[in-house]
This record gives sequence, structure tokens and C-alpha cells, in this order.
Amino acid sequence: MLRLTKEIYFDMVGHCLSGLPDEACGLLVGSYGGDEATHVFLTKNAAASAMVYEIDPTEMLLVDRQAQALGSDIMGVFHSHTHTDAYPSPTDVAQALDPGWHYVLVSLRDTHPVVRSYLITDGVVTEEPVDVPGLGEPEAGEPEAGEPEGSL
Amino acid sequence: MAAEVRLPTVLRAHAGGASVVTLSGATIGEVLGKLVAEYPGMEGQVVQADGSLHKFVNIYVNDDDVRYLQGVDTPVPDGAEISILPAVAGG
Repeated sequence: MLRLTKEIYFDMVGHCLSGLPDEACGLLVGSYGGDEATHVFLTKNAAASAMVYEIDPTEMLLVDRQAQALGSDIMGVFHSHTHTDAYPSPTDVAQALDPGWHYVLVSLRDTHPVVRSYLITDGVVTEEPVDVPGLGEPEAGEPEAGEPEGSL
Repeated sequence: MAAEVRLPTVLRAHAGGASVVTLSGATIGEVLGKLVAEYPGMEGQVVQADGSLHKFVNIYVNDDDVRYLQGVDTPVPDGAEISILPAVAGG
């Protein structure tokens, strides 16, 4: 399972939407091999492409140092698919080297972004649940869904 | 020259879980050679059989990517921090 805070979830999805028409990417930081991402780092797609992504190597170094300073590690990566499913492509699988990482896909193909996560070990892809506590619940002080804020 | 080598998570299991190991060598190639000699499980994962860097790793000496210096022949200053980072990419 991968657990994300709502803030991380929205930062991640927002970064993917902002990256359109190209794929966007970023890194998750937390306990390596664990379930919970505590921080997200939004990185550039060095490939600047709608078909492929590459985390800029110097950003990777900087994120690794920040993770180290937090007493954590990079424990996953996310990227968007602009026109396909939230499922790892053959290229994603071939380049997924760390069986302890969470590989998150954000599909922007449909009206609403779809977020799914996978573990990839020696080319074998296993989907895992993504838990975002509080997602879909109104923020404190927000009007309940269905109750218009004002009427004409 | 002694250097601290920071390992990516995927390689730590081969080094008993260590995130940083201290190794010496005059060049990146020498340091990486010692790394693999000490932790044979890393064979082929950092340096390829022909001695060049594996395409799925990026190696930094302090703040500089060795690919833009002299590759495996890049000198290692004493006390340098060497970071081995996975090249993260996909489609």
C-alpha cells in the first residue's frame, strides 16, 4: 500500500496538470520500503516530452540530499501519462530498477485524473492500493457538497 | 583519496544496508572498482564490463556529474562526497 496525505496527492496531481501537454514527474520521500510518503518533490521532466520522462539528474541529487537531511530516503517516483492508462508502459517497467520503490502513475486521459501505484520487481508489475486519508471529504468550514453557497 | 560514497536505496542491500561507505581511490573508476570488490553483489550495476558507467546510474563528485567531467577518470579530491544515483526515467 502507498499512503499519501491530501496535500501530497493534490501537489502531485496539480504538477501533472501543470505539465501538460508534456509528461510530468516527481519524487516521493519517506521511509524506504515503507508505505507512507511524507514529502513530495516536484521535478522537471528533463526530456520535456509528451511520450517520455526523465528526472533531471541534478534535481535527483538535490532531492536525495534533502531526503537525507530529513532522515528519510527517496522511496518512489510519480509521472503522468497524458493519453494512456495509469499503468506502467514497457519503458517504465524496463527502467524500474528499485523493487522497494512505489511507482505511481497519474493518467490525465479522462476528465478526472486517475492515480494508481505499483511495485515493480524484475519486470513483474504488482498494483497496490493508494490510500489518501480524507480525500473526497469536505475541508472544515467548506460547505457540504450539494449545498449551494448562495441562491439567486 | 578517501571519499564518502552515498549509495542509492537499490544497492544498499548489497552493502549490509549501509547508505554511505568510505572508500579510497585517485579516480572515480578506482573508487567504484573498490566498491564492487568489497560488495560483489553490485557487480555490473554501477560500472559495465567495459569499465564505462552503467547508463542507469548518474555519479556525482560533490556537486558535479562525472559524465561532464572525465567520466571514470575524474579525479577524486580528498574528503569528496560521491553520490551514486539511479537514472529515473520512463515512458
